[in-house]
Amino acid sequence: MADYEVHEHDVLVVGAGGAGLRAAIEASASGVSVGLVCKSLLGKAHTVMAEGGIAAALANVDAEDGWQTHFRDTMNGGKMLNNWRMAQLHAQEAPDRVRELEQWGAVFDRTREGKILQRAFGGHTWKRLCHVGDRTGLEMIRTLQDRGVHQGIDVYMECAVTRLLKDGQRIAGAFGYFREDGRYVVFKAKAVVLATGGVGRMFPVTSNSWEYTADGHALALRAGADLIDMEFVQFHPTGMVWPPGVRGLLVTEGVRGEGGILRNSAGERFMFKYLPEATRKDYAETEDEAKRWVDAAIAGQKTDARRPPELSTRDNVARSIYLEVKAGRGTPHGGVFLDISYQDAERVKRKLPSMYHQFKELADVDITRQPMEVGPTMHYIMGGVRVDADTGESRVPGLFGAGEVTGGMHGANRLGGNSLSDLIVFGRRAGLGAANYVKALNARPQCSDDEIKAAVEEMEAPFKRTDGKNPYELQRKLHEIMSTYVGIFREEKDLKTGIARLEELTDEVRHAAITGSKTYNPGWHMCHDLTNMMLAAQAIAQSALSRKESRGAHSRLDYPDTDPHLGKVNTSIYLEGGEVKLKQTPLPEMPEELKQLFVKKEATRNA
Amino acid sequence: MPEAIMKVFRGISREAGEFKTYKVPVEEGMVVLDAIHYIQGFLDPELSVRWNCKAAKCGSCSAEVNGYPSLMCKTRMDRFPEGQEITVEPLKTFPLVKDLVTDVSWNYEVNKKIPPFTPKPDADWTFMQEDIERVQEFRKCIECFLCQDVCHVLRDHDRKDVFAGPRFFVRMAGLEMHPLDALNRAEFLKDHAGLGFCNITKCCTEVCPEEIHITDNAIIPLKERVVDEFYDPVLMFFKKIFGKS
Repeated sequence: MADYEVHEHDVLVVGAGGAGLRAAIEASASGVSVGLVCKSLLGKAHTVMAEGGIAAALANVDAEDGWQTHFRDTMNGGKMLNNWRMAQLHAQEAPDRVRELEQWGAVFDRTREGKILQRAFGGHTWKRLCHVGDRTGLEMIRTLQDRGVHQGIDVYMECAVTRLLKDGQRIAGAFGYFREDGRYVVFKAKAVVLATGGVGRMFPVTSNSWEYTADGHALALRAGADLIDMEFVQFHPTGMVWPPGVRGLLVTEGVRGEGGILRNSAGERFMFKYLPEATRKDYAETEDEAKRWVDAAIAGQKTDARRPPELSTRDNVARSIYLEVKAGRGTPHGGVFLDISYQDAERVKRKLPSMYHQFKELADVDITRQPMEVGPTMHYIMGGVRVDADTGESRVPGLFGAGEVTGGMHGANRLGGNSLSDLIVFGRRAGLGAANYVKALNARPQCSDDEIKAAVEEMEAPFKRTDGKNPYELQRKLHEIMSTYVGIFREEKDLKTGIARLEELTDEVRHAAITGSKTYNPGWHMCHDLTNMMLAAQAIAQSALSRKESRGAHSRLDYPDTDPHLGKVNTSIYLEGGEVKLKQTPLPEMPEELKQLFVKKEATRNA
Repeated sequence: MPEAIMKVFRGISREAGEFKTYKVPVEEGMVVLDAIHYIQGFLDPELSVRWNCKAAKCGSCSAEVNGYPSLMCKTRMDRFPEGQEITVEPLKTFPLVKDLVTDVSWNYEVNKKIPPFTPKPDADWTFMQEDIERVQEFRKCIECFLCQDVCHVLRDHDRKDVFAGPRFFVRMAGLEMHPLDALNRAEFLKDHAGLGFCNITKCCTEVCPEEIHITDNAIIPLKERVVDEFYDPVLMFFKKIFGKS
């Protein structure tokens, strides 16, 4: 068997974005030894791309805000399918986590009183997103990174975990390889925290980076955990559509938060006609009212005007744009127009600096003079590993999770800004949960040689196949299947075709092959990443087929209505004998005092 | 569709490696990283390159394009005249791993040594936007290490043993100028970070993709602090007479 090196820790955190870093910091602060594994260099994880802000009811700008309203917005945005306890903890703890970031050195934009400034975002009743221009994720990851490196956490950069190791039912460690030279590594760990992010690279048009290959979703499934809500895939309404090389690249919701207007090729401000009945009264009725809201927001004044229709939730705006383009009212490059050029140019550059540069340099568009062209892009998966809200522990003893890899927090649709807050609220809780688990453990679980041997063989196999397939070609096939059959709008016959084609492709992926050495060989890495994406793709397609209703980000053409019965169940995916299995499990029921929050409607209007 | 001729460095050592030529179809608005991805996806799946965001936000895809330190995701193909060969090679200042990937771990070791943010114990966390404009400029840094690559103290003289490099002067300037930070890093800057080696040639500022005014806004003010602290003639006179204060 090939050689491998061994490292020993109490807690191994897999993934070094916001959730992983925050988990590592917390576990380390609790006095246990922590290893932190990241697939990229430290500080490059997907969190760095987050733009618009972090949602926390600090009430610095709108004094009426509080955790109850944030909780209610989150649940309404998730179409009540969220794990209520996660949504509650999130809303209650986000303000402290944001203040903590500031005390660790983050420098947020300020209000005139010198407090953390907050901006409006889709689905949030009040101005709630703490931000640094449009580079909030960079600020967060750098702050956590600098905090972490001074705390004695061992960081293993450019290292990918391919298998979790178990001792009986318990987690005993993890197996992986270093990208740099392909050497294998075994981490002996009493607990593992998965913080691997999402699954976007299975879609051709996505805002996600190469790292998002469903690693944590697949690791958890193979280790015996279950995934919930995998049918809920968020398409962000505004990705770049041109030029081809940047198709899918994110255009922050902050553009709309600062007053950006969506129009079709006929010049119509189409979002007015797509507001759902249930929330229509929360939004402006006329262009004039929307303008008064924006003017007041810029001036930092109160107003009785309601927020613009562009600030509807992401699922709704993405569908609306899709339908406008499909109806022939799209732009030359197949998107719609997003316009902020009517505002003062200097203000736009100050509030949205990276959008200004992104469009200027990559698309030859000056957003202070011209509208942007935007369209939906796969952005986020609400579904993921089912974990306990308070501790982050999955049903596998010793396996924890935090951030995008977990499910439950966001229900059927995530609100913008709720992801960064999710990372630090539940990153901290999972780090603490893992540390407490480790402290209560009597003996160190043992990694078995057989498991390690199997893990090595799995990684060696692509070099041994002589008649194999090119992994990049296989990824292109996966893209084609997912975008054709498992996109924004779904229906039974498409999903069935998609599932059948995914099964064929899974066979092909088993024959993926690569030549050359193990030294920084991306094709070899892709061979394994594909196996993870295939599992998660099946989970998404089968969950989508099973949910015979439309709810949040899951839109079925053959079941356009919401089914109250299905609002009480989660779709659970698990492995049995290597096969993907599905069952519906009851949604945890909210306690009475929280239910009351949905009965009483606040009289105050949104400012 | 027009074709570009890409000459890409391949190999695991600078001596034994060589440039390999690929023909890549060029689309409108294409960047160099797109061309590299095309090569990976269709011509050579072993080609090694770092990248993440493809939006100039993560600073992973640094390389030297036609000899100029650049982010490949920001370098438009139409910047080069049609028919001109485009060479892409790894950063020169750091040890080669393979092809376009270099070992930048030294930077992370430097960062660990920097005295961290240390707020004043009585801080009330109220401060004004105008007090943090400068700090926010420094915090835009995406750690692409292009400034480190171009700096002659590191590139030509390889003084990684004594010199932290522009990236970390930017970081320390951000800490020093934070309105609530209580530490003084002047001695660290002078004795451990080698600030004196910088002779303000401004090469770092020129290559910064975030347009941070590294030399003018970070390095020169830090140099002034060190001078004030250690070389102020009036202070030195008093120190000589009254001993260290």
